[in-house]
Amino acid sequence: MTKLETSLLDLLKEDCRLPLEKLSAMTGATMEEVAATIDDLEKRRVILRYAPMINWDLTDRERVEAIIEVRVTPQRDMGFDAIARRIYCFDEVKSVFLMSGSYDLLVLVEARTLKELAGFVSGKLSPLENVTGTSTSFVLKRYKEEGVIFDSGESDHRLVISP
Amino acid sequence: MNYDRFLNERIAAVPPSGIRRFFDLAANMKDTISLGVGEPDFKTPYSIRSVAVDSILDGETQYTANRGLLELRQEISIYLSGRYHISYDPNTQILVTIGASEAIDLALRAMLSPGDEVLVPEPSYVSYSPGVIFAGGTPIGVETLEKDEFRLKAENLEKVITPRTKLLILPYPNNPTGGIMEKSDLEAVADVVRRHDLFVISDEIYSELMYDGRTHVSFASIPDMYDRTLTINGFSKSFAMTGWRVGYACGAAEIIGIMNKIHQYSIMCAPRQGQVAAAAALRSGRENNYEEVSRMRDSYDRRRRLMVHAFREMGLHCFEPFGAFYVFPSIRSTGLSSEEFCSRLLKEKSIAAVPGTAFGPCGEGNIRCCYATAIDKLNIALDRMADFVASCR
Repeated sequence: MTKLETSLLDLLKEDCRLPLEKLSAMTGATMEEVAATIDDLEKRRVILRYAPMINWDLTDRERVEAIIEVRVTPQRDMGFDAIARRIYCFDEVKSVFLMSGSYDLLVLVEARTLKELAGFVSGKLSPLENVTGTSTSFVLKRYKEEGVIFDSGESDHRLVISP
Repeated sequence: MNYDRFLNERIAAVPPSGIRRFFDLAANMKDTISLGVGEPDFKTPYSIRSVAVDSILDGETQYTANRGLLELRQEISIYLSGRYHISYDPNTQILVTIGASEAIDLALRAMLSPGDEVLVPEPSYVSYSPGVIFAGGTPIGVETLEKDEFRLKAENLEKVITPRTKLLILPYPNNPTGGIMEKSDLEAVADVVRRHDLFVISDEIYSELMYDGRTHVSFASIPDMYDRTLTINGFSKSFAMTGWRVGYACGAAEIIGIMNKIHQYSIMCAPRQGQVAAAAALRSGRENNYEEVSRMRDSYDRRRRLMVHAFREMGLHCFEPFGAFYVFPSIRSTGLSSEEFCSRLLKEKSIAAVPGTAFGPCGEGNIRCCYATAIDKLNIALDRMADFVASCR
């Protein structure tokens, strides 16, 4: 990673709407260099997409989230990859991680209702060949995600003017 | 009742800080975005905070030695030696104080006698001149100019030296200008100091905040200047620890000893938990090559560039500051004085900035803007300021 790439990732991670002109000013690179570097980061799939972080609790959309610990039997020559692929292809699945520890895959799922989510676990996930067990925990409240604290107000305690 | 008779005339005669009026104005306004702050927008790194919490829970609630915890003084000694190539004995040459501010006050009180003159570069931090007066001395302003990037020039220094001149305060990297002194600049000043037998109080509180590949040079590391320099530094700016109030002074044992005499009678010691946290900051910095400091510096640097770019786009003349976290643009082209500009900017656009005149008369025509603010807010503030500047023309 070049210093410019690192700087751009740091800046876009905080605010992906920053215009090229400001990115250029902040990094000291020309707008052309910035544009080419971002383009390259996208092509290399370092940057996958530009999406806002939404506090769904403040919207009227009904949704239920759960974290499912999944134990699986790894497959010959494929390890955990094939079964992970089967799982992440479901629309309900937001994230899948291969984990160290007492279970194998950590699966984050989202559905509109509790019933729908229960249906996903019992009807889609558990019956999969090689899945040997699941343990589902529902998300009750979201406090912090990707470094953003959800329920805090203004946290700048500094004096408005100081010497 | 008239209290005049009970007040110290000399101190009562010192006018209140020029910043005070703006503080009162801005504090009462809602939704103000402030570029008037003088501290980092980062919180003290969690690892440092947790060490202090553990210390409280472990019942470490007693006084420390007057000079500060030995462990902290040892860490300061290692830090200054490794970072700036100046060596101080933790037992006799280092005094831990309540912020760098106390260190400056102690130094002036320890060294000044009535009538002594102290050279204070301007524009600079608001407390130097009042501190000199409180200590019985006479502050003499030394103008620094934008054309010189607000560096202290030997020839300007020479012009104001008299037989009564005793001390020079050297405040670099500088608040409010963001100006720095490179080695050659310091060597020229050192020559004047040597020839006129002066002593230097070098306030290096922003030493870690230098940009664009530049690194800080401590005045005490210039040949022959070690014995003539009191090095003052602290944790507020570099480690985002303003509220902990921990700073330090390092220099000749004879001077540190007298400073400690005042300190032990008036203060006793800096708060223990601040000292514990400061020692943790230096220890972890030493172990991880000052990773947290670098992270914060990189972040300031991006915002520094953003702000300079924005002011130049507005048509305001703005030299590129390579230190601290301030930009000091000229607002002369708007036809407004610094005070008028800041007052109207606050009232009309809800943006707080500090008039350059708060830092000495030669700050007229400039304003101090701090870029230690979140980028989204900074962008809003700069957009509003651009509207305001356009409306002045």
